[in-house]
Amino acid sequence: MLADAWLIALKDLKLELRSRVAINQVLPFALLVLVLFAFALDPDRGLLQKATPGLYWIAVLFSGLLAMQRSFAVESTDGVTDALRLSGLAPSGIYLGKTLSVAVQLVVLELLLGVGVAVLYGTPLAGWLLLLATIGVATAAIATAGTLFGAVASGLRVRETLLPLLLLPVLAPVLIGATRAFEAALNGTPSEGWPWVGLMSVFSVMYVVAGIFGFGPLMEES
Amino acid sequence: MEPADPTSRPGTEPVVHLRGAVALLGRFPALAGVDLDVDRRQVLLLRGANGAGKTTLLRALAGLVPISSGEAVVLGVDLRTDRALVRPRVGLLAHGTGLYDELTVADNVRFWTRAARANVIDAELAMSRLGLDGRLRNVTVGRLSTGQRRRTSLACLIARRPELWLLDEPHAGLDKEGRDIVDELVRDAAVAGATIILSSHDLDRSIDLANEIVTLGGGVALDSVSNSEDKAGGIDAR
Amino acid sequence: MITESAVTAKISENGPTSTGSRATLILGIVTVIALGVLVLFGLILSPADQKQGDAVRIMYVHVPSATLSYIGCLLAGVGSAVFLWRKSQWWDLVAYAGAEVAALFTAFTLVTGMFWGRPTWGVFWVWDARLTSSAMLMLLLLGYLAVRRLEADYSVRAKRAAIVGLLLVPNVFIVRQSVQWWRTLHQTATLQLGDTKLDGLMLFSLFTGFVATALAFVWMVIHRFRVAWLEEQVDTEGLDAALVERRAEGVAST
Repeated sequence: MLADAWLIALKDLKLELRSRVAINQVLPFALLVLVLFAFALDPDRGLLQKATPGLYWIAVLFSGLLAMQRSFAVESTDGVTDALRLSGLAPSGIYLGKTLSVAVQLVVLELLLGVGVAVLYGTPLAGWLLLLATIGVATAAIATAGTLFGAVASGLRVRETLLPLLLLPVLAPVLIGATRAFEAALNGTPSEGWPWVGLMSVFSVMYVVAGIFGFGPLMEES
Repeated sequence: MEPADPTSRPGTEPVVHLRGAVALLGRFPALAGVDLDVDRRQVLLLRGANGAGKTTLLRALAGLVPISSGEAVVLGVDLRTDRALVRPRVGLLAHGTGLYDELTVADNVRFWTRAARANVIDAELAMSRLGLDGRLRNVTVGRLSTGQRRRTSLACLIARRPELWLLDEPHAGLDKEGRDIVDELVRDAAVAGATIILSSHDLDRSIDLANEIVTLGGGVALDSVSNSEDKAGGIDAR
Repeated sequence: MITESAVTAKISENGPTSTGSRATLILGIVTVIALGVLVLFGLILSPADQKQGDAVRIMYVHVPSATLSYIGCLLAGVGSAVFLWRKSQWWDLVAYAGAEVAALFTAFTLVTGMFWGRPTWGVFWVWDARLTSSAMLMLLLLGYLAVRRLEADYSVRAKRAAIVGLLLVPNVFIVRQSVQWWRTLHQTATLQLGDTKLDGLMLFSLFTGFVATALAFVWMVIHRFRVAWLEEQVDTEGLDAALVERRAEGVAST
């Protein structure tokens, strides 16, 4: 299972390096979301400063959706899903591999976006440990749940609208938790943030288990 | 290339045994009661009109389509209960390429070889056999012509060294040189102990290759003819 | 007791004209009676609240329907789990019926919550833990129902919906927990729905509310299940005819 996961993750990341969709499209999209929020919330009135953690995570969530869609779109080339089934790769390995590759892309995005936020919104950064832990756990949560629901939506004509409908309500707790944890870090009260990190860890573990067992049945056509 | 696991007693157990196999695509019975027996080392040609069920039969033999009734045993695996187990042992050349368009030929062949847990060296051998080393190795699949993509898919297939080859119109899209390579591969594989089932509309070529010809129509096998050209394997498909 | 055979026995005869049966007729009558009792106690006999006035009467249906929507979710979760384990279509459709009725009850909870909030605090919506959780539940259920309505073969639909259904209960749990923590962080004193002190006739009215709503829930689930069952039976009919037709194609072309 783990060897298969590694193979799939490397393949997906190589695909990303060749096609550069995340760099060329998803990252600019995330920055665009931040800019649009600045337009909507008027930086001079102090709202933007207070809302920064939430806006950051909303931008990450939407970008995560795109990354997830992309991760499954590459498998929808004619015959690839059949080839995956025939290959004898363990479905749980495919699940873990895809989750890992999306997680890597998201972490890179989040770090770059963090710099973007510090520059565009003038947010001073503090509480480093909590910030990094939150990034790690929230990314795990998004990637694990996203890959599972991505499989539920994959191969269908309506997959582009179905995935957000399924995934966003499920990830709402991650939005709440990550935002609160960031706020706690930036306000200098990190002890308030760590319980949220715990919640998101539980979430991630739950979804990894669900993905490992559920991906196989989902890959079958019937 | 030799199959990875040749059975030690050739020809005693049929590689494929179907009796009244029914396969549903949704509500539509694509296979409506197929009877088929294929022995090891046979090269079987499937012919029939469009929509007769050739593609579905090949996919069912690959373990991709569930059999809802009848008997179906391939390579000793009961398709009705364990069809996932037969998949790593067969090689399917389908209508779709099964390739990642944004990766190169070499990336694709190597990935699919590793996925099948085969030796990476086989990937290199397969590519050179199909005329894909040299300039084409590092071209992204999306930029290739149809024929070149077909060759790449074939390379992925032969690198796996399957015991049963399922080729859905392998000659389609290939130039004469490509078709010659396919025929050569099929003959070599049969000699080395694999079994090949192919469907083709290029009957002149395929009849030369095959030693059994089965006609499909309306989801059943209408008749079968033994083509006494080649001597490998013997019992008629019923 | 409701068993598999009791529910489907009526339907396996040729061409039923409705999803009703003697069992559901009796159940329906009892439900109507219970609703009548609820109206009597809830609207007439029980007293108005000191602080909220007559608005508190909404609670007698609001709270039970919230509880039953969670039970519907649980039904969907259990049904999905058993379906994945045993491949039983019966359990899959139980999950479907449970989720759809749960969605209805969640919508009802939200609407009654809004109508309770307006006279009580002057606004239709507050972001308190309970209302927010109910809204999230509605969205999760809508997602599940969307998967059920996909254009695909039954087995694909059922399997995918089962995975989503199985995760419904844990998702609801996590959502509730996170919303709870979130709202108690900065909560100023607000009147939380359902915090009024209950005794005597008010308590009894709430009780009848639970009973009546539960009966209505069961009645709806049974009917919804049967409708779904009949829909799926239509698909599996006519396989023999299809086989004959298919084989004829082969004869015609030779």
